[in-house]
Amino acid sequence: MKTETKKIVAKTGNEAAAYAMKQINPDVVAAYPITPSTEIIQIFSKYVADGEVDTEFIPVESEHSAISVCIGASTGGARVMTATSSQGLALMHEILYIASSFRLPIVMIVGNRALSGPINIHCDHSDTMGSRDSGWIQIYCENANEVYHTIINAVKISEKVNLPCMVMMDGFIVTHGMENVLILEDEEVREFLGKREPLYSILDLKNPITVGPLALYDYYMEHKRSQVDAILKSKKIISDVFEEYNRKFGLSIPSFIEEYFLDDAEIAVIAMSSASGTLKEAVDLLREKGERVGILRLKITRPFPYEILRKKLENLKVVGVMDRAETFSTMGGPVSIEVKAALYSLIKRPLIQSFVFGLGGREFSLEDAIKVFDILKKINKENKLEEEFIYIGLRE
Amino acid sequence: MKLKPWRELEEGAVIKNVPTSLKYKTGEWKKESPLFDSEKCTHCLLCWLYCPDFVIKVKDGKIYKFDLDYCKGCGICSKVCPKGAILMKEEKI
Ligand code: SF4
Ligand code: SF4
Repeated sequence: MKTETKKIVAKTGNEAAAYAMKQINPDVVAAYPITPSTEIIQIFSKYVADGEVDTEFIPVESEHSAISVCIGASTGGARVMTATSSQGLALMHEILYIASSFRLPIVMIVGNRALSGPINIHCDHSDTMGSRDSGWIQIYCENANEVYHTIINAVKISEKVNLPCMVMMDGFIVTHGMENVLILEDEEVREFLGKREPLYSILDLKNPITVGPLALYDYYMEHKRSQVDAILKSKKIISDVFEEYNRKFGLSIPSFIEEYFLDDAEIAVIAMSSASGTLKEAVDLLREKGERVGILRLKITRPFPYEILRKKLENLKVVGVMDRAETFSTMGGPVSIEVKAALYSLIKRPLIQSFVFGLGGREFSLEDAIKVFDILKKINKENKLEEEFIYIGLRE
Repeated sequence: MKLKPWRELEEGAVIKNVPTSLKYKTGEWKKESPLFDSEKCTHCLLCWLYCPDFVIKVKDGKIYKFDLDYCKGCGICSKVCPKGAILMKEEKI
């Protein structure tokens, strides 16, 4: 079996990301350093300096320029990557929409970090949740190993769908925490990815094209619909690419969701990224006591896998949704609102409790995870929600 | 012109088989046109140098034509001509 040739190495999330980038050997990388994803580009620029990749590395003066350079290079048919966090992603905001509407594959690795203010450098998802409607595919990883494998898949998905893709990991918790990462050989990665076949190229001088034209009320709406079509079609491509990868390398990297004791569960928690690890631990403890609890880890939020959620959650009694970001809608975090919307059309649906936790790097402990399940058990017993949203780990 | 339905659009809002600026007759916008008097002209080529739209055509150092399809009627050529060889006249379309 192929698995035996694979190596396990100790890497932080940032190191794993930079290593994946080295093996991918992209044509162009343009980036500006920002905590906590600085290291990705720092390590990658060393690979460039040491001649280990033949990437054109463009150190720019801001994130706005970084993503603009990525767009320019991608319109020319190059394989393009970048990395950022928080305010850096916010500074890219207006350009994100241009990348997706131009249908440009670009892979951006994001170390999730809270948006100011107050200024904070620690983990939450307010940065990427702020960009969730920009037309990019968004993938949230649980740990460094998944970051490594997901980045490789993201390149292929992005180029097959012709849409840009963000790969997320929790700032500091995963970006700076060292874990076991199972790595492939350089050739395996390069063979899996092959060459990019661009939809169009502005460098094709024999067939001149106009990129970025004006489309007013006569055409803008049709172009948006066509972008929706692309992201709809991406669903199958995403599953297929992960499946091909897992089959080829004997792995089981999840695509849209990961289930943990969900099959026979009565109560479940939907969580993303590293927090689901803590919740899995809580499930282990509760399962020992015979309680039917489970986890659904949501890995991809764009496209939103509502069909899968309907199927998986239909028969549950109570579902808690963990949000590491606020919406100020007074209805809780962004994911819980979308989960509610996804399940609304079901005739029989679970009660859904929204939880907000871990903002700005606030610790999410095992006790907190158990508390979440306790609240859900109470809701199940009384068959009613207590409050619209509940804050976990907050000083009252 | 019949507008296309969304399924027929180029992906990425790209425009293929582009009509370049050669096909785009910007001269249709103008209100005034330059009237060239070859008698007064000394072919100093100041107007040629200043015209922002490459309208004034020169061969062997001499002006031979104003390509009015691309002239926007700005009147710069008329202003810079030291010989008064270019007059701007109103054009009724
Ligand atoms: S009017 Fe303006 S555009 Fe026309 S020829 Fe003179 S300088 Fe050129
Ligand atoms: S500026 Fe006047 S004199 Fe000089 S070339 Fe033009 S028309 Fe002739």
